[in-house]
Amino acid sequence: MNQLAAAWQWILDPAHWAGPDGIPVRMWEHLWYTFAAVGIAAAIAIPIGLAIGHTGRGRALAVGSTSAARAIPTLGLITLLALMWGVGLTAPMVAFVVLAIPSILAGAYAGVDSVEPHVTDAATAMGMTGTQVLGRVEVPLALPMIWGGIRAGTLQVVATATLAAYVGSGGLGRYLFRGLKTQDYPQMLASALLVVGLAIALEAVLAFAQRVMVPRGVRERSRR
Amino acid sequence: MKRIRTLTVVAAATLALAACGSSDPLGDDDSTTASTGGAADGGTVVVGSQQYYSNEIIAEVYAQALEAAGYEVDRQYQIGQREVYLPELESGAIDILPEYSGNLLQYYDSGTTATTPDEVVAALGEALPEGLRVLEPATAADQDSFNVTAEFAEEWGLESIGDLAEVDVPLIVGANSEFETRPYGPAGLSEVYGVEVTVLPIEDSGGPLTVKALQDGTVNVADIYSADPTIQENGFVTLEDPEALVLPQQVVPLVSDRVDEEIAAVLNGVSAELTTADLVAMNARSVTEQLASDVIASDWLAEKGLV
Repeated sequence: MNQLAAAWQWILDPAHWAGPDGIPVRMWEHLWYTFAAVGIAAAIAIPIGLAIGHTGRGRALAVGSTSAARAIPTLGLITLLALMWGVGLTAPMVAFVVLAIPSILAGAYAGVDSVEPHVTDAATAMGMTGTQVLGRVEVPLALPMIWGGIRAGTLQVVATATLAAYVGSGGLGRYLFRGLKTQDYPQMLASALLVVGLAIALEAVLAFAQRVMVPRGVRERSRR
Repeated sequence: MKRIRTLTVVAAATLALAACGSSDPLGDDDSTTASTGGAADGGTVVVGSQQYYSNEIIAEVYAQALEAAGYEVDRQYQIGQREVYLPELESGAIDILPEYSGNLLQYYDSGTTATTPDEVVAALGEALPEGLRVLEPATAADQDSFNVTAEFAEEWGLESIGDLAEVDVPLIVGANSEFETRPYGPAGLSEVYGVEVTVLPIEDSGGPLTVKALQDGTVNVADIYSADPTIQENGFVTLEDPEALVLPQQVVPLVSDRVDEEIAAVLNGVSAELTTADLVAMNARSVTEQLASDVIASDWLAEKGLV
């Protein structure tokens, strides 16, 4: 039988939707690994990115270090960290945070950086403090790019979170590795299809959220 | 990084094999001449290996033994999994590859009932496709084995797998995820030894992550290949398997029908000398001394007086 059809059969099999190894459980694990990693990464990267964009200081360092971080092979990092901390969720989670930070950091500082100087100058001239300029002018104007960074980071993490299963954690990667190791290629392909489906669904949700939360004025401007 | 390098090598090897799969493997196609320096005449023997360092060492032992006997050898090492290299042996693109009796048998006959080493080798004779055969197996075996730390073994008085039934704490086995589906997995352990376990899948085939998990106590039993030197290095206790739950994996040369009796005699000479202790020692030299397979192989052959 065609491998793709067999993979669909595998996904549609009701037996694969029940129990602790069922698709809903694995998908939920996969989702929360993704959200947790992107959430932690955002908590670290957005303040740093805003500070760099606002002050204009440390830009070279940010560009250099984020470019370098993008080159880190995630499986290698997971293995290295797991050899230090043991198997479980800690090592893959840290690796996913490291994976997500560059996109989010780049989005934050580039967003603030791209606000035209005469806009911030006008805000300052109106008597706003530095914090007010950042919070009321720069961040709203930078929102599309900040959110874009989060979207890119989420996409990378959701596609990479299969690696958590390499070191004893769950997620949709369980099916991938088991399929690979037992030459059960429909199962392996089913895992890939589920990850693709999840990535597309997340992307759709985040794109919709972007439309809702970005101020209309900014939206109009960015569409021009 | 090592993984990436290996992948690159495998990709290159696969490409090279794909290139020669369509033409006469002993002809003068470019992909083989590149690696043999133009020695591809009718007398060249092609030795392959799996993508597993220990397998490459054995392949190199075969290769050097054959060279010492006057044959030209073309080395095609680090060729992925059975799905990739077995068709190459069947087509005649590779002549010799070190195999493991049990896994090879299961590949061709997944419902096999053979359990002892001799039964497995006998069954292989039946199961192998036309044009392939195995020569004499070595006593050396490299198979899944259940390992515990020395402290754990002492605490519960563990010697064989069956003793695990007396352990009062939950048993967690660290193993590749395929362990869950294997006959010697949780179902087999329960049926044959009355031992109930859960599995923590760690996908490095009993490598450093599995060893670390056993040391940390994240798992209390680890599935590690019996020829892996880390078992001795860490003082792990390998539990005996009196009921032969784990399929025996003797090292055995898998050869095409181009391999004549003279070549077979050379390889049988190697197999007669190769013990599990030798294999562990050679693996240890690779892992701890970081020596290349050709050095390890030539030292072993010299030590045994085979060259």
